[in-house]
Amino acid sequence: MEFKFSEANNKNIKDILGKYPVKKAAVMPVLYLAQEQNGYISNEVMLEISNVLEMTPEDVLGVVTFYTMYHQSPVGKNHIQVCTNVSCMLRGGYEIYDTVREKLGISNGQVTQDMKFSLEEVECMGSCGTAPMIAVNEDYYENLTKEQVINILESLK
Amino acid sequence: MEKIVLPEIKDYHLIDVYIKNGGYESAKKAFTFSTDEIIDQVKKSGLRGRGGAAFLAGLKWSFMPKSSDKPKYLCINGDESEPGSFKDRQIFEYNPHQLIEGILITAYAIQANTCYIYIRGEYHKWIKLLQKALDDAYSNGLVGEKMKDTFGIGFCTNIYIHKGAGAYICGEESSLMNSIEGQRGYPRVKPPFPAQNGLWGCPTTINNVETITNVPPIIKNGWEWFSKIGEPKHPGTILYGLSGHINKPGIYELPSGTLLTDLIYKYGGGVPGDKKVLCVIPGGSSMPPLRGDQIEGVKMDAESLKAYGTAIGTGGVIVMDEDTDLVKILARIAKFYYHESCGQCTPCREGTGWMLKILNRLVSGEGSVKDLDLLVSVANNIEGNTICALGEAAAWPVKFMITRFRDYFEKRVSSENILPVRNKVHSMRNTAISIDTEQN
Ligand SMILES: Cc1cc2nc3c(=O)[nH]c(=O)nc-3n(C[C@H](O)[C@H](O)[C@H](O)COP(=O)(O)O)c2cc1C
Ligand code: SF4
Ligand code: FES
Repeated sequence: MEFKFSEANNKNIKDILGKYPVKKAAVMPVLYLAQEQNGYISNEVMLEISNVLEMTPEDVLGVVTFYTMYHQSPVGKNHIQVCTNVSCMLRGGYEIYDTVREKLGISNGQVTQDMKFSLEEVECMGSCGTAPMIAVNEDYYENLTKEQVINILESLK
Repeated sequence: MEKIVLPEIKDYHLIDVYIKNGGYESAKKAFTFSTDEIIDQVKKSGLRGRGGAAFLAGLKWSFMPKSSDKPKYLCINGDESEPGSFKDRQIFEYNPHQLIEGILITAYAIQANTCYIYIRGEYHKWIKLLQKALDDAYSNGLVGEKMKDTFGIGFCTNIYIHKGAGAYICGEESSLMNSIEGQRGYPRVKPPFPAQNGLWGCPTTINNVETITNVPPIIKNGWEWFSKIGEPKHPGTILYGLSGHINKPGIYELPSGTLLTDLIYKYGGGVPGDKKVLCVIPGGSSMPPLRGDQIEGVKMDAESLKAYGTAIGTGGVIVMDEDTDLVKILARIAKFYYHESCGQCTPCREGTGWMLKILNRLVSGEGSVKDLDLLVSVANNIEGNTICALGEAAAWPVKFMITRFRDYFEKRVSSENILPVRNKVHSMRNTAISIDTEQN
């Protein structure tokens, strides 16, 4: 499917380009715009970005694959990220992770069939002092118990 | 105790409140000094970087070339991805204007007309909060072209936020610059150092968020005042982070050199269930851990911790009680570094994988005493043989956890596995079954 940036995003890209001395530097913020518009970074998206920013498609691909927050396939409407790193682990991060897995019936990197949920085990999110935590899309939920996690997941259905 | 970085003033994050409390006056004062005078004052204050290496901030600034026909850049490091660290987000949320004011002063001192604040991508909320503060500063004429009129000076700087996208390695300063340039976040070989050859080959200074937030009070109150707070060799306050098995986890701003035991018991309210402390990591997961019976009298500053064979890092203190399974913890830490290695250097790329494999073997009860030596040997072969310090960050926890808790680890491997190494070839044969059952 061909990808073109929306009118609004074309304007956003212009603003972004104003922040950097070279076009290529805009690739990370522009990828975010594309991901927001398209849901994920498809090959067509990368081709279009390579045109807009005058980079090779390979260079765009190189950036996409380096960073974990760019998704090359669709994620669920609610992308659930669970931190299991040390500080969270010491406060039950893995129990939270198992709870989410059981509740959703999917494992790391999978999406539910109805596309409502996807799950990602993530590294430290900077919530160590309010551990354990999950993030749903862009929002953090901290100081969690299993019960609270179940409630959050149910409220999202 | 006075709070320098996170003052307890209601709504301090709002520009009006900040200005009413003397905000942006330090910048005004700084602009009456020459750039050399500012660098000199910050040098004399003894301010050291809060991003991990505790390097003298003023000294770093003095490396910037005085005359250059190239543009100069300032980068603020808010990647904050070291496990156990969660301090910079407090500054974005509760004191963003002091950070912005610190940037203005620093940018002036090194004559940088552009500044990028690199913030980890997961911090959507805090990026929005800082952007709001930045927009307010712009519309009050405090940043950008308009600051020339506002402050009556010939200098101006623009500040932009660059959002990361989930890569711990981008906190390393040269990786951070590659990331801003729109490349894969590979660390660069040094030298050349950023002050000579940084962003787009131009002179660049990189400092942590907390470091720069300390600058306005230093200008306001003078370097003597700052140099007298806490430990003379690492003065000022530090945003200590408490996490793990602790009753009151959180960020505590206290003078440098605060006792580790005070942090845990006086401020952190001790360990849940009054359990004993088995292990403490003092400055984020990369730093060498201390045994619970080693923490008495340990002061939390760069020099004191060095004497105890560890480092201040990001000041993120991770506490583990006596019931913690250190083998599992170490395996989890190793998994993190394996995941985050950028893969450029063979010792780091392969070594982090081997360490994880061996540690997973220990977790599953299949390890041997020999594995402990092997782990230390792999760690030693990573250390010092890589492009960037992620090599050390990965090697240290393994090396020091095992050497400092050797008794613990030996007990773990010997109680769960009597055979030194399970003989995989023999276990394929029928005879092996009887050996296995005999031994277990
Ligand atoms: C793997 C790795 C990750 C790092 N992550 C961060 C980070 O998230 N934030 C930070 O300020 N410094 C980080 N650093 C240290 C930076 O390279 C750099 O020393 C620091 O930002 C300089 O600022 P300072 O002198 O003000 O401390 C990291 C270093 C390494 C090797
Ligand atoms: S030490 Fe590791 S993270 Fe650093 S450059 Fe080498 S491979 Fe990459
Ligand atoms: S370890 Fe989970 S947020 Fe830091």
